[in-house]
Amino acid sequence: MKAPDFAYARPASLDEALELIARPGAKVLAGGQSLIPSLNMRLSSPELLVDIGALRELQGISFRNGFLTIGAFTTHAELEQSKEVQKHVPLLAQAVPHVAHPAIRNRGTIGGSLALADPAAEYPAVVVALQAVLKLKSRSSERSVEAARFFKGLFEADLRPGELLTAVEFPAAKPSDKSVFLELTRRHGDYAIVGLAAHNDRFVFLGVADRPTPVEAGSSLETAKSNLSRNLKPSADLYHSAAAKLHLAGVLLERAWNTLSTSR
Amino acid sequence: MEHALDITLTVNGTVVLQRVEPREHLIDFLRERLGLTGSHVGCEHGVCGACTVRVDGKIVRGCLMLAVQANGCRVETVEGLSDSKELARLQKAFHDRNALQCGFCTPGMLLAAQDLVSRRKQCSREEIREHISGNYCRCTGYQAIVDAIEEAMHG
Repeated sequence: MKAPDFAYARPASLDEALELIARPGAKVLAGGQSLIPSLNMRLSSPELLVDIGALRELQGISFRNGFLTIGAFTTHAELEQSKEVQKHVPLLAQAVPHVAHPAIRNRGTIGGSLALADPAAEYPAVVVALQAVLKLKSRSSERSVEAARFFKGLFEADLRPGELLTAVEFPAAKPSDKSVFLELTRRHGDYAIVGLAAHNDRFVFLGVADRPTPVEAGSSLETAKSNLSRNLKPSADLYHSAAAKLHLAGVLLERAWNTLSTSR
Repeated sequence: MEHALDITLTVNGTVVLQRVEPREHLIDFLRERLGLTGSHVGCEHGVCGACTVRVDGKIVRGCLMLAVQANGCRVETVEGLSDSKELARLQKAFHDRNALQCGFCTPGMLLAAQDLVSRRKQCSREEIREHISGNYCRCTGYQAIVDAIEEAMHG
């Protein structure tokens, strides 16, 4: 199908963008890899698309004072190629190749993915596992939100009207940190049946509920597994029953646990 | 706010100036306005890869980019890359290996494959499969396509 009619603006400055985003019916266009399909399928009908692609201040990766800050308009492909990401946020580096396919990674952005709050997406689980901080800005305010508080539900994030996600701040990994990202899919790049972002003792699942879902690991694999079966209540999808998903989550938990403990 | 915009872009080496509606995606722009029907429209929501084109040297989904977003960009399609002979080796390998039947996916498949072949890296069959995982083929079962890409890469 074809997208409905809408107006389009490509502001040259952040102030101008924030002004436009505050208008009723406006929607932010980042890489467009989720928004444009939803327009094509007429699941979304904004009056105005505000293309943030020209805003240099939303792009790039910088390391300072033990934190790696990634601009919201940084593409998956840029993250994939970044030595800084590999060095300072290895969990994110591991997750990127699981995001869709090369042609989509060339356009899609980290900010777009986080702001969409798709429970099957990789980055929401990664930012929660790493306790990253999301930077939000509007015409009149500026605030930081901890990743764990940002995701409110299915495609629902703590983004107020007129607010733009401008950057994500990750604490840089310490030499003693261990992390692993795992995902099960029917075909590489598809939505995960279930995925797991694990960082030290924080295990965060994706694709099992309406938002990234942490599971208390405890001190042994047995404890972690029993916490999982007690607390994780995955919902079935078109192809997999809730029981199958729970089983697969257990498989990933065990793989992650073994990877983390052998690399110690 | 603008509901029609003038855009200037380079398509297969030719400068093009057109007035477009923001809702028009790049692949329709290339096919309907410029008559470049080599790139195909499959699913129109980014799943099938039939509309793969190159923008500023990078492969993208033509259905997931608006024509207005290509303003100022350098766009290359299967027509341009065939004429320049950049795809010649891959095309010959696809032909020799029977890597197509109906041919609907082939233009997108060639662009995705060339993205890998042009890196001049030797890849395993598994890596090739991963790289073309975003391109559907409903005829061949992929085996022959992977053969062809492997041949173009190693041959």
